[in-house]
Amino acid sequence: MNKIEAIIRPHKLEDLRAALEEIGITGMTVTEVRGFGRQKGHHELYRGREYSVNFLPKIKVEIAVKADMTEQVIDTIRATVNTGQVGDGKIFVFAMSDAVRIRTGERAEEAL
Amino acid sequence: MYRFHTISSFHRIGLWLTVFLVLASPAWSDDAVSEISAGDTAWLLTATSLVLMMTAPGLALFYGGLVSQRNVLATLMFSFFCMCLIGVQWVLWGYSLAFGDDIGGIIGNLKHFAFMGVGPEASGSIPALVFAMFQGAFAIITVALISGCFVERISFPAFVLFSVLWSTLVYDPLAHWVWSSDGWLFQLGTLDFAGGTVVHISSGVSALVACLIIGRRLGYPRMVVPPHSLPLTVVGAALLWIGWFGFNAGSSLAANGIAAVAFATTNTAAAVAGLTWAFLEWILRGKPTMLGAATGVVAGLVGITPGAGFVSVPSSLAIGFTTAVFCYIGVNVLKNKFGYDDSLDVFGVHGIGGTWGALATGIFCSAAVNSAAADGLIYGNPAQLGKQLIGVLAGYALAVVGTFVILNVVKLITPLRVTPDEEVSGLDLALHGEVAYNFLAPGMSQIARTEEN
Repeated sequence: MNKIEAIIRPHKLEDLRAALEEIGITGMTVTEVRGFGRQKGHHELYRGREYSVNFLPKIKVEIAVKADMTEQVIDTIRATVNTGQVGDGKIFVFAMSDAVRIRTGERAEEAL
Repeated sequence: MYRFHTISSFHRIGLWLTVFLVLASPAWSDDAVSEISAGDTAWLLTATSLVLMMTAPGLALFYGGLVSQRNVLATLMFSFFCMCLIGVQWVLWGYSLAFGDDIGGIIGNLKHFAFMGVGPEASGSIPALVFAMFQGAFAIITVALISGCFVERISFPAFVLFSVLWSTLVYDPLAHWVWSSDGWLFQLGTLDFAGGTVVHISSGVSALVACLIIGRRLGYPRMVVPPHSLPLTVVGAALLWIGWFGFNAGSSLAANGIAAVAFATTNTAAAVAGLTWAFLEWILRGKPTMLGAATGVVAGLVGITPGAGFVSVPSSLAIGFTTAVFCYIGVNVLKNKFGYDDSLDVFGVHGIGGTWGALATGIFCSAAVNSAAADGLIYGNPAQLGKQLIGVLAGYALAVVGTFVILNVVKLITPLRVTPDEEVSGLDLALHGEVAYNFLAPGMSQIARTEEN
């Protein structure tokens, strides 16, 4: 089992959700986050004062998957959210030691 | 009739393209000897302020709450900027084109360019300047109303150019046709008490044409985000509602009994339309919604506008109810069926409500209510309905042709839409360099530069 964490552009979320649903991913957790990587921030202007905002809004998508699906999910994410521009985000993969479905107590892959 | 303006006509030149060549004609002469009434003037100054309040903050908030939080400033800017832009255009040439000396029943001349010859002297029972400013408030809101159809994607230069050209080439002539005593629709006997055709049909139909030319938002309809702040929208709707008393009761141009009729019919139609919309949702969708009640009220206000001072209060119940039903169908059925992205339902509410209101005026108007009105269909005069229909068709024709031509000209000068990237990141940041709601933690931003360094 792996946990896949993808940091993506905010407007790509709906596309990604649809694409992942198509390959059989039935759940995910989404957080609105801010961060920076190679992409430059933006400037805002208020009464002649220019503010630079270096931490840009991004979406963090977390998905728990069976090990054999990991590559397929990574490929799907890349294919869906890649615009070819700096700021497309990153995907992190973590080995996951266990999972529990709170309602039933099912464990590991049963719980995914 | 209530827009009757006491300038006699000397010019009857048939070609309306010549309008821009016509120079100021002989000095203004006010042939009706009349005295300024303090009461009428006080009411019209108040009413003018109320109508200005309808655009900003009323319409600005009504529309601003309905878009994404990434586009709320750009949307507020449409209404706010119209206050500035048309506030100047109207003084410079808009008023003169609408109410200057008549040229062929089509348009006014430029004798009142920059309000020349418009002063504190009487026009009817109010100062000419009060009449001109009251009319200006209508010109402003009409252009701002259209902006609801192209929110979240139009480029700002295109919006500015379109607004000036549209106000000049569509609004000003149409106001002349309907409200100038020499306008051809006025002469025909088409009734439009406070702007069903001039304001609502013109903006609503132009909105439909504009959203078709400019195109849908990216991802429409599946990926469009829901309204970001309904409380803003409800505050805006409430300000529109209250401001509408200036709009309709003010259109009596006097603090008199007709103003009272218009006040009563306006509130009654709005209230019954709000009830109707909410109950329709309740029955058809299971829940009455706040946005539905607000939309219903605005629809009812639109529907009663052309007949406000011409119909009885019981008739306004019927007009409010029927307008809500037709607009409900326009917003919930028509738009989805045809798939156009009239984002904030300008056509569905103002186009359809204005059309039905204009026709309903021909059905319900009563000479017993207002001696300046004709009797309508239910009082045995079907001819009035025909006159109303001609007014509607004329409004549609001018709005469709005018908007189509103007946007195609604007397109040659500047792109109509922002780039897809800008559309996705939001117009506030892309076009205006601002963000409406900043919840940045300390350290997430820093001052990069000030004007001084």
